[in-house]
Amino acid sequence: MTISPALIKKFSTVVGSTNVLTEEADRQVYSYDAAVLAPVIPALVVSPETQEQLGRVVKLAYEADLPITARGAGTNLSGAVIPEPGDGLVILTNRLNRILEINAEDLYAVVEPGVVTARFAAEVARMGLFYPPDPGSQSVSTLGGNVALNAGGLRGLKYGVTKDYVMGMEILDYRGELIKSGSRTVKYVSGYNLPALMVASEGTLGIFSNIILKLVPPPKAQKAMMAIFSDVNKASETVAGIIAAHIVPCTLEFLDQKCIHYVEADAKIGLPVEAGAILLIEVDGGHAQMVEEDAQKVMEICKKCGSTDIRVARNEKEKNDIWAARRNALPALARARPTTVLEDATVPRSRVPEMVAAVNRIAEKFRLEVGIFGHAGDGNLHPTILCDRRNTEEFHRVEQAVDEIFDVALKLQGTLSGEHGIGKAKARWMEKETNRATIEFAKNLRRALDPKMLFNAGKKFV
Amino acid sequence: MSANTQAPTLPLPPRDITALAATLLELDDMLVSCMRCGFCQSVCPVYGASLREADVTRGKIALLENLARHIITDAESVNDKLNRCLLCGSCQANCPSGVRIMDIFLRARSIVRGYLGLSPIKKIIFRGLLVRPGLFDGFMSLSKTFQGLLIKDNHNAAGTCQAPLFSAITGNRHFPALAKKPFHATTHALKEKAGSGRPVAALFPGCVSDKIFPQLAQATLRILRKHQTGIFLPSGQNCCGIPALASGDRKTFVQLVRQNLAIFNSEPFDYLLTPCATCAATIKEIWPGFREDFSPEEQATLKAMSEKAIDITAFTVDVLKAELPESAQGGRRVTYHDACHLNKSLNVSSQPRQILKSLPGLEFVEMPEADRCCGSGGSFTLAYYDLSKKIGQRKRDNIVSVKPDLVAAACPACMMQIMDMLSRNGDNIQVKHVAELYADSLSGVDS
Ligand SMILES: Cc1cc2nc3c(=O)[nH]c(=O)nc-3n(C[C@H](O)[C@H](O)[C@H](O)COP(=O)(O)OP(=O)(O)OC[C@H]3O[C@@H](n4cnc5c(N)ncnc54)[C@H](O)[C@@H]3O)c2cc1C
Ligand code: SF4
Ligand code: SF4
Repeated sequence: MTISPALIKKFSTVVGSTNVLTEEADRQVYSYDAAVLAPVIPALVVSPETQEQLGRVVKLAYEADLPITARGAGTNLSGAVIPEPGDGLVILTNRLNRILEINAEDLYAVVEPGVVTARFAAEVARMGLFYPPDPGSQSVSTLGGNVALNAGGLRGLKYGVTKDYVMGMEILDYRGELIKSGSRTVKYVSGYNLPALMVASEGTLGIFSNIILKLVPPPKAQKAMMAIFSDVNKASETVAGIIAAHIVPCTLEFLDQKCIHYVEADAKIGLPVEAGAILLIEVDGGHAQMVEEDAQKVMEICKKCGSTDIRVARNEKEKNDIWAARRNALPALARARPTTVLEDATVPRSRVPEMVAAVNRIAEKFRLEVGIFGHAGDGNLHPTILCDRRNTEEFHRVEQAVDEIFDVALKLQGTLSGEHGIGKAKARWMEKETNRATIEFAKNLRRALDPKMLFNAGKKFV
Repeated sequence: MSANTQAPTLPLPPRDITALAATLLELDDMLVSCMRCGFCQSVCPVYGASLREADVTRGKIALLENLARHIITDAESVNDKLNRCLLCGSCQANCPSGVRIMDIFLRARSIVRGYLGLSPIKKIIFRGLLVRPGLFDGFMSLSKTFQGLLIKDNHNAAGTCQAPLFSAITGNRHFPALAKKPFHATTHALKEKAGSGRPVAALFPGCVSDKIFPQLAQATLRILRKHQTGIFLPSGQNCCGIPALASGDRKTFVQLVRQNLAIFNSEPFDYLLTPCATCAATIKEIWPGFREDFSPEEQATLKAMSEKAIDITAFTVDVLKAELPESAQGGRRVTYHDACHLNKSLNVSSQPRQILKSLPGLEFVEMPEADRCCGSGGSFTLAYYDLSKKIGQRKRDNIVSVKPDLVAAACPACMMQIMDMLSRNGDNIQVKHVAELYADSLSGVDS
């Protein structure tokens, strides 16, 4: 580490010396996130508590040419908070964790970026309102991380993803200056649409210091069900059929045969292990009557498309039981082998069966165990590769398989990532999804906002 | 390969970092199963108070991996991080990847301790006192004599005292006075026959009940007698061993367990009963994890004992099948705190509530975050009192938010911590063990 004591002292003056972490043991724990990638130990970690401190930290770091990585909960799956090698500085946002305002009249909230998603959603619910984006990591993820990666969740199909709830934000630019964007109003045309640009920016354009989020009224009724199919194609036809009937379920989740097998082996919740696929469907809405009718229609479509069994939840407990299959998917896969590589390639909805078939072919080719679950309604699948990262030969096969999965997704007119982000993991693939000019365009944009390319330099577009 | 099949860890040559790293690699199969999802942040009480990654399970596991791979060589600071942990098990109960976190932490603590050496004061306490119950008791009664001179009574409902002169050492803790007479001094070895068809319970009061809350051990006896349970209370019982093991002193732990095995092996019994959640969880979950340290005969006893171990609330509801109709008459408001070692380690959470809801003259109210750790963790509380206080304050705020007259727990260690926090805030709320409240509701039995 080559950061001078004088500079460390300056950071200490801003945030207090206990909030500047220099000890080896303290820094090493900010070298990783949830991606299966090699860690990089930051040279320094700073933990501001206010917007003003955050601005001064950014300014100091920028002037000293330190590469800057903002870190929320560190749960992203693409290496987006693995620091840059060399003098990498990590700025922690988790002490910027105040909910500044929840406005029930105008249906918005203002939060600091380190607020944990689930805490915010619960607080909003307590006021009789609803913040729909619910990534699987919501019990720990931060709203800043959600915005910077445009996190999705189970409710994406009907309610959209994080981008659909960002109304505005304050951003600290490379000079540490406060930039204002968006507004508390439903309509807004006075500036550039900067909030939209900042969504999914992965910490590469500036650091948000607060965020204005849209809230909606909660649904009044829900109905959950599980439909069982002998093969993936039938499940996929069902998804198409539901959408064609103009019903938009809030959730439409999918588990493939291997996944069903792993969940049942681990959690023993009575899933049909001989099934080829399961759909978990929930409809919701403002009237119980309407929800009931939608549920009836969905059941008919399931039957027509060849579902062998449909289980409808009659009460809260049964609903919970139905969702247990989805809740247990990742834990069951994670427990089966030491390392879990969670992929995120996404294709147009109608091409899900082709994607599932291709992933299974790839798994066979590289002799790997892969379970697939995901958001069938969004075409956003999570092929999950089970392996042991210590076995270099096996892990090499995993990397080859991941490459081929990306290839197939792009061939099917899909994208590298539906919600987990590009980060370090997929940056080298970006040109393949787009073209050279697009990469140059993005880099020009970056250079304009970050002349020294210090904001999360090795991520997203490289 | 599971840790249970590993060879016993040999004592390390002191300060040999290569040997330390190699020994830690024994844990690699357990360490590698952490997928770095970070979900432990949502439940870890220490992380909740500090917001530092090195305090959460994921960070500690990363540091252990790094120590095993020479990426960090400063064992002292890794040890510090490891110790900033309540061993509450919240992370393990919530870990999607099923990482055997408690096993990792306890083994790592003893491996790193072996390298660094045990601190002199802990050596005296564990090796000198704890393994000799007679001497330990003598020491405790001596400190009691001084306590009379040094401690002023706080006169509040929680029943705590403060030691102004000792505040430098105790950090101004409001701790309950040591009992005038420990349980074992008033109640000697017991052997009482069971009523027909009733089980025999061996009673393991545990250190805190014995020395601080003897009335709890008495209450437990009253419950057993009321239900005509057979009682086997051997004398000369030892500590369950968890304080020593948590400090990395595996040798003392093994010696304490061994002595307990011998003492309890002398009579047949159906259940090993304790009013202490931590003892119950230690005997049931931790002892078998270290069975490799015992002879085959001892292992058989250990297995039997750990299978029979049960806490008093689960025993009352599940074994005694006590009639506990919900009481509708209302009365003083009582709320319940889930001890981590009961709820997260042993999955006991409905039974104590069922008991409380049945008690006449009480109205049960659920507090927010009832299952969140109270911040009591043996020597953690002493070494990191500020952190412990911060964690405890959240518990205190949750308790106070439901305006109870009393708060019940089923773990004497939690009771001490909650008493401290309530007293510190000047709250007039009583702290009781569920078994005490239940025993009070029984009539016609003297103890
Ligand atoms: C088990 C598991 C399940 C998951 N499920 C989902 C899911 O269902 N849907 C989904 O979308 N994701 C999911 N994720 C991925 C991840 O949790 C989300 O991407 C989440 O949004 C990351 O939030 P975080 O606070 O952990 O951000 P971090 O990982 O800390 O950071 C993510 C990015 O945000 C940037 N950032 C953070 N704060 C700021 C700020 N203030 N200003 C600018 N940039 C900032 C960082 O630099 C980084 O680029 C899952 C992850 C795991 C481990
Ligand atoms: S929850 Fe478990 S797997 Fe996830 S980071 Fe924590 S210890 Fe590791
Ligand atoms: S045992 Fe408790 S205190 Fe220790 S890391 Fe796990 S949750 Fe945190």
